[in-house]
Amino acid sequence: MRSRGWPLVTGLLVAAILFPLYWAVVASFTPESRLFAAPSLVPRALVLDHYRALFGGRDFWTPIRNSLIVAGATTAVSVFLGAVCAYALARLRFRGRAPMLAFVLAVSMFPQISIVSPLYLLLRELRLLNTYAGLVLPYLTFAMPLTIWLLVGFFRQLPPDLEEAGQMDGAGRLRTLWEIILPLSGPGLATTAILTFLYSWNEFLFALSFTLGPERYTVPVAITLFRGQYQVPWGQILAAAVVATVPVAAIVLVAQRRITAGLTSGAVKG
Amino acid sequence: MASITLNQVSKTYPNGQVAARDLTLEIADGELLVLLGPSGSGKSTVLRLIAGLETPTSGKILIDGRDVTHVPPQHRDLAMVFQSYALYPHKSVRENLAFGLRVRRVDAARVDERVRATAAALGIEALLDRKPAQLSGGQRQRVALGRAIVREPKAFLLDEPLSNLDPILRVGTRAELALLHRRLAATMVYVTHDQEEAMTLGTRVAVMRDGIVEQVAPALEVFRRPANVFVAGFVGSPAMNLWPCTCHRSGDGLRVVSPALSIEPEGVDVAVPDGGHIRVGVRPHDIDLVPSGEGDGVGRVEVVELLGPATVIHLRVDGLPHEFVRVVVPADARIEVDDRASFRVRRDRLHMFDGMTGQRLAEHPT
Repeated sequence: MRSRGWPLVTGLLVAAILFPLYWAVVASFTPESRLFAAPSLVPRALVLDHYRALFGGRDFWTPIRNSLIVAGATTAVSVFLGAVCAYALARLRFRGRAPMLAFVLAVSMFPQISIVSPLYLLLRELRLLNTYAGLVLPYLTFAMPLTIWLLVGFFRQLPPDLEEAGQMDGAGRLRTLWEIILPLSGPGLATTAILTFLYSWNEFLFALSFTLGPERYTVPVAITLFRGQYQVPWGQILAAAVVATVPVAAIVLVAQRRITAGLTSGAVKG
Repeated sequence: MASITLNQVSKTYPNGQVAARDLTLEIADGELLVLLGPSGSGKSTVLRLIAGLETPTSGKILIDGRDVTHVPPQHRDLAMVFQSYALYPHKSVRENLAFGLRVRRVDAARVDERVRATAAALGIEALLDRKPAQLSGGQRQRVALGRAIVREPKAFLLDEPLSNLDPILRVGTRAELALLHRRLAATMVYVTHDQEEAMTLGTRVAVMRDGIVEQVAPALEVFRRPANVFVAGFVGSPAMNLWPCTCHRSGDGLRVVSPALSIEPEGVDVAVPDGGHIRVGVRPHDIDLVPSGEGDGVGRVEVVELLGPATVIHLRVDGLPHEFVRVVVPADARIEVDDRASFRVRRDRLHMFDGMTGQRLAEHPT
């Protein structure tokens, strides 16, 4: 009973999760006129109209480029700085370590909406509105706590013997981190990078508030602003959604290969 | 090479656990000192204190007379072999060996030469391009040793380096370590809970319990004249028999009496008054089985352990309800479980300890 029931449940769950994605992909290839006329599970006519409009008429490349730059920079900076912070918090013994970790977590718990206005004023003073830095810096406020927490957990799992061996070999803390810890942390760094990238790629509120024109819009902002006064171009919106999902899915698939267990095998006995 | 001094070193962990109490140890240049003790005795902590991986709560650590108490490990120029080996899994054997030299900015040609020489000395040249995961336990152990040797450090710290090897390999590697120590004339501190390792390797042995050094002495001395009841019971296999006894004095003579037996020590006397309580220790090798009627006591054989070269029998003796009397007999002795055996203690091989403190009683010849 159990063994026959579970595959069915699993199948239903997977179908429930995949269906909206499937529907979006199918709809993005369906002519606008048919979208609401005769919905069917199996598409009858596939057209590239929406994609053509997206890249021809609207210049969707610009928001994609913006999003890649902002999310990429956020990921790079937060993983790099986060790794150093996390290593200190995971391994060094110093007063106030636990409160500091709690504080880092608390920072990430501010409701975004509550800090939009002060951040806006701050960025205006710094003349960073409508710049990439004006997005990357605010993004770090939620990206850094995430990376720090994930990496602290990861670093704590590494055998401390390895770092001690590094120290006995004469390497200082930073050198040990760079030459021994980080090369072994591939899976942790990859996981962290993916999550940070996802968050930054999908972030909407800051991007909407701190960009002023289409030349700096990120993908979510651009898609939202597709809707005109009298009509909503559903086909293009769905096409854009598909396009926005592809790089993320690609990155996850590529990075997933790095997330393989057993990287540390052979370090210690066993 | 260097001498290492621990001066009244104590270490209390933040959770209140005391791992070292007021320890004073002198390790001479070129000496191999073994720290021997049961698990939790603080021997690994002492090693980590010397390494600099732990900072003492109080006291001083000196290397070659220089106070290094607050010098971080990377500036102490010591090498450590970890129980887990702790090889860098992402680096090849060659890189594992070279890392310590590269960190010290030794030039590439010299690094290469040192790595080759070390690998040759340890017979791991063929493994230089492998990753640790591709090595057997014994090979990993050699690489870990190589990583320590290649740097020519001031001293070697070894934390149970053989405990992960199978018994045959362990004995072989033990002999090689002894050779290595002689060849390098290196100062070594070696932590183990295996007394056989301690006896065979150590120039001197420090027996530890609960963060205290119970005795520091040449290996044979620890075995022949244990300083207290703990050392007596811990060192030597099978373990020494220890019996609570009362001293009876008549005239000049001393007689030690327990419910199980009553004997007169030969050749030595101790300053204990009539009626004083002591503990008498006899090694299982110093008890003989004798024809019935001639012994100090009789027991029923409950366990027979065939070791090969000799046999250990455990006797249940009236008056000693909670412990066995252990006796080593020749391997060809015909003895079986449930036999009754008379045993006789060699009078000149007694160890006598204070009944209260457990310290060895000063002996004076009679």
